[in-house]
Amino acid sequence: MRYLPLTEADRRAMLDAIGVPSVDDLFCDVPPPARLQVPVDLPFHLDEPAVERAFHAFAARNISPSAVPTFLGAGVYRHHIPAAVDHLIQRGEFLTAYTPYQPEIAQGTLQYLFEFQTQLALITGMEIANASLYDGATACAEAVMMACRIARRRRIILSGGLHPHYRATTETYCRFLGIDAVAMPPSWTGDEDPAARLDRDAACVVVQNPDVFGRVRDYSALAVACHAQGALLVVAVNEVVSLGLLTPPGEMDADIVAGEGQSLGNSPSFGGPTVGLLAARERFVRQMPGRLCGETVDVDGRRGFVLTLSTREQHIRRDKATSNICTNSGLCALAFTIHLTLLGELGLKRLGELNHARAIALFDRLAAIPGVEMLNETFFNEFTVRLGQPAANVVEALAARGILGGVPVSRLLPGWSEAEPLLLLAATELNTDDDIDALVSAMREVL
Amino acid sequence: MPESDTTISGHRGLQLEEPLIFEQGSPSKSAVDLPECALPDGEDRLGGVRRRGPVGLPGLSEPEVVRHYLRLSQKNYSIDSGLFTLGSCTMKHNPRLNEKLARLPGLGDLHPLQPVSTAQGALELIQVLAHWLTTLTGLPAVAMSPAAGAHGELVGLMTIRAALEDRGDLRKRVLVPESAHGTNPATAAACGYTVEAIGADGRGRVDLAHLRAQLSNDVAAIMVTNPNTCGLFETEILEIAAAAHAVGAFFYCDGANFNAIVGRVRPGDLGVDCMHINLHKTFSTPHGGGGPGSGPVVLSEALAPFAPVPYVVASGDGFALIEHPSTSDQKPFGRVKGYHGQFGMFVRALAYMMSMGADGLWQASADAVLNANYVMAELDGAMTPAFPGPCMHEALFDDTFLKDTGVTTLDFAKAMIDEGFHPMTVYFPMVVHGAMLVEPTESESKATLDLFIRTLRGLAQRAKSGDSEHFRAAPRFAPRRRLDETRAARSPILRWRPNPDTAAGSTIDRAAE
Repeated sequence: MRYLPLTEADRRAMLDAIGVPSVDDLFCDVPPPARLQVPVDLPFHLDEPAVERAFHAFAARNISPSAVPTFLGAGVYRHHIPAAVDHLIQRGEFLTAYTPYQPEIAQGTLQYLFEFQTQLALITGMEIANASLYDGATACAEAVMMACRIARRRRIILSGGLHPHYRATTETYCRFLGIDAVAMPPSWTGDEDPAARLDRDAACVVVQNPDVFGRVRDYSALAVACHAQGALLVVAVNEVVSLGLLTPPGEMDADIVAGEGQSLGNSPSFGGPTVGLLAARERFVRQMPGRLCGETVDVDGRRGFVLTLSTREQHIRRDKATSNICTNSGLCALAFTIHLTLLGELGLKRLGELNHARAIALFDRLAAIPGVEMLNETFFNEFTVRLGQPAANVVEALAARGILGGVPVSRLLPGWSEAEPLLLLAATELNTDDDIDALVSAMREVL
Repeated sequence: MPESDTTISGHRGLQLEEPLIFEQGSPSKSAVDLPECALPDGEDRLGGVRRRGPVGLPGLSEPEVVRHYLRLSQKNYSIDSGLFTLGSCTMKHNPRLNEKLARLPGLGDLHPLQPVSTAQGALELIQVLAHWLTTLTGLPAVAMSPAAGAHGELVGLMTIRAALEDRGDLRKRVLVPESAHGTNPATAAACGYTVEAIGADGRGRVDLAHLRAQLSNDVAAIMVTNPNTCGLFETEILEIAAAAHAVGAFFYCDGANFNAIVGRVRPGDLGVDCMHINLHKTFSTPHGGGGPGSGPVVLSEALAPFAPVPYVVASGDGFALIEHPSTSDQKPFGRVKGYHGQFGMFVRALAYMMSMGADGLWQASADAVLNANYVMAELDGAMTPAFPGPCMHEALFDDTFLKDTGVTTLDFAKAMIDEGFHPMTVYFPMVVHGAMLVEPTESESKATLDLFIRTLRGLAQRAKSGDSEHFRAAPRFAPRRRLDETRAARSPILRWRPNPDTAAGSTIDRAAE
């Protein structure tokens, strides 16, 4: 048993020291009928090669998106992860540390969290950020609850351009807290008017940029309308690479930004784990959920970092806490911050431009295919097309030709009458001209 | 710091000081080579919503970045460094095989929304893991999507509330022992319940008489950690479950300490209706400096229909994924996160389970309990166990042995840092004065434990000998000495800020509106 250091002789000596004849005696507080006499009915232990074979077999029954032309997005994006990221996050001192409860021996974790918070504040144009949450959808729900605490109101408005998983997650959290969540219908036209739904009871409006259909939006006017009613503007961002090129939410006067950080440093991993992002105005700090890292000094006056403002948190406040959240997404936040450090100012800007350029190339090629109707006037690296047939069928036909050709909107919004022919396609810096050629020719065959 | 300990560079041997990234580099550098790709305003499709000014990020080359993070890593204590006795957190070894497999093409790069016909292996993997979890817990169903333990608690309570509402039984209260993790009351509140505390008895267990007095038909659930946060098995667990069930309440078990009993005791046999499992604690996924976690929730027959989406079902000769309440033939209460759960953690946990097998898990829980009892027995006399043994996977001490020494629990913990050990959990659970909760886990050898025991006996003796200054000055050999947490909270500095003279921001292009 390669993970267990004790020998039989050790166990014998330790039992003698404790003064009991067998390990079973240490389980004497378990009611006897509940004590199993033999191991459960599951396979016995395997050596490393055998375990590896089993997982290679699982993997072989999937199509690896790295191996085929891939145009999948809808909140999770395939970007190149520099080799240094994965090497550094597997340093045992990062990988196998825990929450920095003893800051004197956790300055590595604390300093990268402080840097992460700063980077996130900078790219979103906000004043402060926390040390990460679970994912974009739960960050959106946490942002809404935070807005309700700040505004002391119990009604929220969710844009029809919000990712349906973010909307559904937020609705779940709200329902159990008795918060009235008003979801506007999905709209690929971008002509919805959340401001018209505002009144003095609304805590916030939640919008997304780019929205789930890929449209790039300026929410400055909506921010003004929100603030005029005493409500907050929450902007969700699920493609952080876009922040290299787009006006950040902070410059639109957003109050809270809830986001998904997977695009930087984190592989798609079938949707998790990823890293939830939360940034806000500094005056809202005491209503923020999750961990915050702050600067201080040690007794010798040297700069150091600690977790701070923990009186907001469950381990101090218990049922009065701002959230029940305990962990953050430490290692995913580390991957995010290393990738962003590697990119730097120049790299983030170029990566944004490159993504947009690849999406333009894809857009213009698809626009020339009969039966493909382009719906976006604006986009960053993802857009929506309308096909003459159910998009799910087209995607299956493309998969049969070895192409992962986008996300059918019906997969996200099965009940929406307009969803069926709509297809979301994303292009990133990893999509080559050959990929686009392959998609275009397969699409011509399928349609 | 004494002058003799200072250096010109600020470094001290292998303790290398490292500035913030924002204090290094230049905006013109990058560690990623990307082609230039000019996109003139007229040719973009951004509708004028384009960033105009700099972000303010620093630029570094790859060698500078690698050195930065390597130096930071060296300021961390980790399981790989040594014994990490943080009780209740279960700092066990993180096998590197898990990491390797989570990165396989066809697993690590899978997109959550690729056609399910192209992800059958992933869905099968989730089903196999679910089978291990339900078999080990003796409960029939499992919700896989919760992102972490506390998220699992929330999902568990939401499932309970959905089941109660379905039978038209609106209940208001949730009972939580005083010794519980703070997440329990926070979770119950986030689920819309009022929270009431149950007292502990003199043996560190739930006060059954108090619990029975508190129970009534408006209690939705009790939330009990078992083994509990004192490291003890709830000897009256069957009576606790029966009392809850007698008033129609559900028994939520906080599974944070499942690692103590995995493979030997099934919570389903104890009357548990619902329990989250922290995959990092029981099944070795990395703690990662504080996440990501993964918190699947096992459910009884009565609760299973209300589990959230998504979930995997067998379909023909393959698997299907039910992603929406509207496409389910069950009664899912909704969705709790994006996509399908912490799949990367599922891969790691299942790799560990298959490596250990039913026989290895049987041995692992035995070794975890043996190690904790060995520490408790060998430290008895020098330190003061809070309750008589045997304990389960962790040994709880109070600060009686420090009485009149001038040394506090915190001081004692900081002195352990200088001795090369990560301190135990301190001041938790709150039912014990000056609590010190030591969890050695099954990953430690007897030799490591013997050095740890010798060290703690020595420290206890030193405290009793009157040398409190040794403890108050600790740690002396860590990258930082004690940090001023009060100052950090009083005027929070939560980010680095640029010199205002050089700061610049972008502006929205109003002309394009």
